[in-house]
Amino acid sequence: MGSIERISGPLVVAKDMFGASMYDVVRVGKAKLIGEIIKLDGEKAIIQVYEDTSGVRPGEKVVSTEQQLSVELGPGILSQVFDGVQRPLALIKAKSGTFIKRGSEVNSVDRRKKWQFYADKKAAKGTRVSEGAVLGYVEETPLIKHYIMVPQGVTGRIQSIKSGRFSVEETIAVVKTGKGLAKISMLQKRPVRQAARYAEKIAAEIPLITGQRAIDTLFPVAKGGTAGIPGPFGSGKTVEQQNLAKYSDANIVVYVGCGERGNEMTDVLTEFPELKDPATGRPLMERTVLIANTSNMPVAAREASIYTGITIAEYFRDMGYSVALMADSTSRWAEAMREISTRLEEMPGEEGYPAYLPKRLAEFYERAGRVKTLGGDVGSVTVVGAVSPPGGDLSEPVSQGTLRVIKTFWALDAALASSRHFPAINWLTSYSLYTGALQKWYEENIGESFTVNRNKAQALLQKEAELKDIVQLVGEDALPDNERVLLAVGRMLREGFLRQSAFDPVDAFTSLKKQNLMLGAMLHFGDEAEEAAAKGVSAENSMNLEVVKSISRMKEIPEEKIEEESKKINDQIDSQFKKLVAEHGMEERVKA
Amino acid sequence: MRFETEYRTIGKVSGPLLVVKAVKNAGYGEITRIKLENGEERLGQVIESADTYAVVQVFGPTSGINVKSTSVSFTGETFKLGVGEEMLGRVFDGQGRPKDTKAAFAVEKELDINGEPMNPTARRMPSDFIQTGVSSIDGLMTLVRGQKLPIFSGAGLPHNRLAAQIARQAKVVGRNESFAVVFAGIGITYDDAAFFIDNFRKTGALKRTVAFMNLADDPSIERILTPRLALTTAEFLAYEKGMHVLVILTDMTNYCEALREMASAREEVPGRRGYPGYMYTDLASIYERAGIAEGKKGSITQLNIVTMPGDDITHPIPDLTGYITEGQIFLSRELNNKGLYPPVNPLGSLSRLMNNGIGEGKTREDHRGVADQLYGAYARAQESRNLSAIIGVEALSEVDKTYLKFGDEFEKKFLAQDEYEDRTIEKTLNVGWELLSELPESELTRIKREHIGKYHAKHKEEKGGKEAEEMQGEKKAEAKGKKKKQARHAKKGK
Repeated sequence: MGSIERISGPLVVAKDMFGASMYDVVRVGKAKLIGEIIKLDGEKAIIQVYEDTSGVRPGEKVVSTEQQLSVELGPGILSQVFDGVQRPLALIKAKSGTFIKRGSEVNSVDRRKKWQFYADKKAAKGTRVSEGAVLGYVEETPLIKHYIMVPQGVTGRIQSIKSGRFSVEETIAVVKTGKGLAKISMLQKRPVRQAARYAEKIAAEIPLITGQRAIDTLFPVAKGGTAGIPGPFGSGKTVEQQNLAKYSDANIVVYVGCGERGNEMTDVLTEFPELKDPATGRPLMERTVLIANTSNMPVAAREASIYTGITIAEYFRDMGYSVALMADSTSRWAEAMREISTRLEEMPGEEGYPAYLPKRLAEFYERAGRVKTLGGDVGSVTVVGAVSPPGGDLSEPVSQGTLRVIKTFWALDAALASSRHFPAINWLTSYSLYTGALQKWYEENIGESFTVNRNKAQALLQKEAELKDIVQLVGEDALPDNERVLLAVGRMLREGFLRQSAFDPVDAFTSLKKQNLMLGAMLHFGDEAEEAAAKGVSAENSMNLEVVKSISRMKEIPEEKIEEESKKINDQIDSQFKKLVAEHGMEERVKA
Repeated sequence: MRFETEYRTIGKVSGPLLVVKAVKNAGYGEITRIKLENGEERLGQVIESADTYAVVQVFGPTSGINVKSTSVSFTGETFKLGVGEEMLGRVFDGQGRPKDTKAAFAVEKELDINGEPMNPTARRMPSDFIQTGVSSIDGLMTLVRGQKLPIFSGAGLPHNRLAAQIARQAKVVGRNESFAVVFAGIGITYDDAAFFIDNFRKTGALKRTVAFMNLADDPSIERILTPRLALTTAEFLAYEKGMHVLVILTDMTNYCEALREMASAREEVPGRRGYPGYMYTDLASIYERAGIAEGKKGSITQLNIVTMPGDDITHPIPDLTGYITEGQIFLSRELNNKGLYPPVNPLGSLSRLMNNGIGEGKTREDHRGVADQLYGAYARAQESRNLSAIIGVEALSEVDKTYLKFGDEFEKKFLAQDEYEDRTIEKTLNVGWELLSELPESELTRIKREHIGKYHAKHKEEKGGKEAEEMQGEKKAEAKGKKKKQARHAKKGK
């Protein structure tokens, strides 16, 4: 036990701390503020405090808990909203009202609630188990079975195990280990700054289906992959992150609101309980864990929030689930690091960020992956990080550090956003390195046309951009008909396919099947129009065809009707072009 | 109460900072009283506390402070403001001392000016549409109650006039609730301050206003306090007295410059352009104090003015502001030079909470579609303008020519309006339709078909007898509403 020597913002120097270890959690001062030792200097410990330090005085006591910053894991964490150091905000509200008071001591997981535990048949008495082995499950929400696993450091034979109603701290199984009997409850603790262990990493070859056309078709991310969304303010990062949280087909979603707006978290909180999981009709909240450390909450807890989130994600991964973690925004996390680093008077790196920033970023993204778990299942953590580059300039350190490690890059574009093209994902600068690995999956599940259509669409958009440069100089009328057709089809792709409204109930989510049919129809139209142009039909005539309106509005067709309607549209394309070529094709050719 | 010792142990004075030696147990953030030899007293705050010394930041000038006779005493309290309902109608200085008269007011509560972060689970989503009567704002970047929406402006642009117009006209249609305006002038000139006060006085709003004035020649360090005093007052009025409070903070650029001044005096490692690395967090602690709380009657809406140095939106001040606030109203020098008032450029503007406040039952069912289409069309018009600058109007395609015309009409009819013109949202949307009806119908891809059928001028004409009657009925209702409104205005005037 020591005492405070100096206070400067969230940083406290304590003396007489001999024997304290790095990253131990401490309680600071009379208010018992939560802090973490981040530097040791002889008998002095430098502590970052996760709460506001106003009014704290030198001389007050500092007590070490002799534990690293950890999260509590067990039934009861789904549908919860935690702050950056995993305190349930609902409990804090019940205790201290509308505004957050300091020094709140609340348990992360409810100790009193009883859960029905079902022992696994395979985990019978006498079975040899080790870390990660599944002992049984609790039906935490109708959507999710919460598997209870053997915690770290326990290996041996099951001596007893029983189903029944238990609170999280009661013993559900006893394991006879080399060191004696280990009582296992449903609650475990994991340090947040260490990646959880797994048997091995395996290839990420299944797409995370998001229902967002620009993502699923053009720039997909694999389950267990990493993606970054950098963009200036107002380009729709948060809406995009929330869409992924709502519509992606992960089993579990962990959403970390790191240093962002309070109202955005409120938005999530009011919307998610109302949104239904398409497969089961249950509220989406039942598969979601929210970490909310808004911009006006203490900065050190913001630094911790990202780790809290990924540790919870890994825990569910170890049960064999596919987990998606959204971190909004990693730039605020980096800024929190910078603030602490500055107060520590560390030698600054680029733009004042600490020199270890790229390493921390890489470590974080590396905790994503598709793995064979210690229990023998396959689980994955997909990480999607938003980046908020100052002035939208991607050459700054956080963007650069992120770009080096992520494999899917969704570049949000201010110009697209200001013309209300959402999602404002720039189709020329974004990329995905997963398309190759996912190809087999598309062939087996959607059809071979999927990859073909994607490549064709991408080439077309690229060509359209080149032509637009020329149009800037000479005007559209100076182009030959086949190029004007291409421009029109490019516009059709942008407006009819890439633009997607997050607020329209039909348009907000598009299945891969519908995406492929939409794209197929547009490209079919493009082919026919090009052919017609070769036969002398003018671009205007092609674009004035009745079917164009239907194609542009394909996104409004409900999922259950899409197959039938797209067939109709494709037939109309054929018949209307046939008629058009018959009427105008010859005539134009004669004129020529 | 703690015994207040007077320390005469100032070791160093540097900028606004004093290092006081041999101090034990000064609380972090504690308020200090600094007594000069001539009896004058100044306030300060502990910004670093150790067991042998404390660093104190002085709110005010450091002239006259010396290491021999100036004494520092520690109050044991963080900065608190005495607040009360009687503050309405009063003007205070940048440290919260009455400035208009010396008359005291009944203090009902002492509140820490830094407030406490609102629990995100205790927030209520803002969703009440505020009609500002300004078409560009109501139609395209709708303000809702509890939002923080800054005006991004530049030197010489009419941001003050626009802010005053909004303060004058803003209302939630159909409701009559208790409201207040809290105004914080941060480093503004006497003229600007007088403009606002005059404006509030003329419209009779002054008695519902609390003003805090830190003028350009007041100590810059005081600017750190001024917005916090204003927001503490606003929180009291909103959450304790159930009022709907509109907070105007102007100019946040001056605030950030004071922050930078303080950071450099403390010899901190500077971030971008010399501003401190924690400016995001610091600004958030101001902007995030807007909102609505579950179970409380009032609300805080912030309308803050940020003048962008060099009209540069990527400058750290507007940049960080934009990352925290829920959108921005962007004033354009180009539109201003064309003689347009208000020179709001929709292409750089945004309201993130718009969707919560518009649509059926709030504004009108077609609002989203009309706004999206107007945005899209105006963006397209800009492209056509650029194109025509290179190849000439003659060489433009028919579609481009249509858009070119649309752009001009849009600026004239939709963006521009009189400083005293208070348009209803119906009027705003109808002007929007009038403009959109000039475009080929195939271009209207962002509006639902049913809405085109219902509101598009062409379809309205096509409709036969029965529906025409219905429409007349609607018009009558509208006329009735207008009469009522006029009557109400007349009443107000009295």
